[in-house]
Amino acid sequence: MTDLQMTRPLFSVRDLEKRYGARIGCTGVSFDLYPGEVMGIVGESGSGKSTLLGCLAGHMAPDAGTIAYDGRDVLAMSEPERRRMARTDWAFVHQNPRDGLRLSVSAGGNVGERLMAVGGRNYGKIRDTATDWLGRVEIAADRIDDRPSAFSGGMQQRLQIARNLVTGPRLVFMDEPTGGLDVSVQARLLDLIRGLVRRMGLSAIVVTHDLAVVRLLADRLMVMKGGRVIEAGLTDQVLDDPQHAYTQLLVSSVLQV
Amino acid sequence: MTDQAYNFAYLDEDTKRMIRRAILKGVAIPGYQVPFASREMPMPYGWGTGGVQVTAACLTPEDTLKVIDQGADDTTNAVSIRRFFQRTADVAVTEHTRDATLIQTRHRIPEEPLTEDQIMVFQVPIPEPLRFLEPRETETRKMHELSDYGLMHVKLYEDIAKNGHIATAYDYPVMVEEHYVMSPSPIPRFDNPKLDRSPALMLFGAGREQRIYALPPYTKVRSLDFEDHPFEASKADHACDLCGAEDSYLDEVIVDDAGGRMFVCSDTDHCAGRRAAGHVGRLGAGTEDVK
Repeated sequence: MTDLQMTRPLFSVRDLEKRYGARIGCTGVSFDLYPGEVMGIVGESGSGKSTLLGCLAGHMAPDAGTIAYDGRDVLAMSEPERRRMARTDWAFVHQNPRDGLRLSVSAGGNVGERLMAVGGRNYGKIRDTATDWLGRVEIAADRIDDRPSAFSGGMQQRLQIARNLVTGPRLVFMDEPTGGLDVSVQARLLDLIRGLVRRMGLSAIVVTHDLAVVRLLADRLMVMKGGRVIEAGLTDQVLDDPQHAYTQLLVSSVLQV
Repeated sequence: MTDQAYNFAYLDEDTKRMIRRAILKGVAIPGYQVPFASREMPMPYGWGTGGVQVTAACLTPEDTLKVIDQGADDTTNAVSIRRFFQRTADVAVTEHTRDATLIQTRHRIPEEPLTEDQIMVFQVPIPEPLRFLEPRETETRKMHELSDYGLMHVKLYEDIAKNGHIATAYDYPVMVEEHYVMSPSPIPRFDNPKLDRSPALMLFGAGREQRIYALPPYTKVRSLDFEDHPFEASKADHACDLCGAEDSYLDEVIVDDAGGRMFVCSDTDHCAGRRAAGHVGRLGAGTEDVK
């Protein structure tokens, strides 16, 4: 932890607020994310975690607050600058791979899209990189010309991860990355994500309602309720010794096998 | 005659002025799709209503009009549009590329080099090159605005992955002045190099989609490609069977039900001109009436 505290935060959020009319989406959210750190955001449905993630990733404009990435003010960036950063330095893994993939484009094309978007114009190199990345997410190389619609749910999700990580981002946003998958596939996917995050030294923000996912992936944890962060701290600390009544409820609600 | 009941070139002057404004804006921003209030024309969508409106807005009584459909002057679409302007504008018409001041075309650019005194008008079915890649018009406009065209290369990537080469044979996307990606209308990619730095003004009209765009003379137009799969202006690997031309774009014509076929110039004026000058192809002797 001392190492992390000495470096500059990669991503800083201060007093972020998003309202839907009079209703609160999320409010008063502040945190720092350090390089190589994974932060989990948990909470029940409607607690504002997806709204928060949307604001952080630039899909929605927050009403108040500041977001800084690597010392730069994200909200003040011009649109081309923001887009460029969003596809080189950032990645977004959707809960439903259908939202994050182009289903009518082959797996290779899906992985190659970000490369071509940042100026890759050599077919051979793009294809080699795509093949390499399919291997890293455990998809057989001979599936490179198949469309994702012919893939299983777990494969689609892994393809989405490959497509996002191919440009070597530093910050990954994940929205329920294991939602909708059965438990054995979930375990394998989590293992894969954990390996990639550690090996590439990624920072990540993972939104989920599955406490097992954050236990496995996240270094730190924020618990949200009613659009506010009610508890934050090291993952094991929060899960093993929850202070807030809601967190206690959340932890005790996990079904034991 | 009821023909006199129409204004010159069918459209009323206010409409023509509106279209001319769109054209001027298009010329000012090469490759940018300018919205315009497309009118109902007395012909169905898909028959060139966009091109007809652009032609009507550009036409003057002194103009000489040529209309091409797939290179030919004598097919239905060309004949009906040519007659339309003969009746409503009483302009001179020609089949000779050289004599025309305004050429409305569907799917071809004439083989004969164009000049600064000529205007080409293209009929465009789908002006948005990104349409089948990104269905959201709000998003494609953003992509054009930011010159954000990685997706266009995904299409070419898919082509190579599937066919081993870029198989897009017509409507091959081009980059205009290194900013806008543009659909050149469904011309064969053989014609793409003719767009680059053409001395003639090129206007594109899409009636149903209500868009006009333009290439002013001498605009830089580059066909998209990959470093290791460069753009190639392809054509059938034959010579014209009527005039023997080896450098013109060819149509394949099936001549019997036993697999017999012949290749002929798609540009009928070019072919006829060459035959009049004495060139004869493989089947050219005594076949003056084939096309």
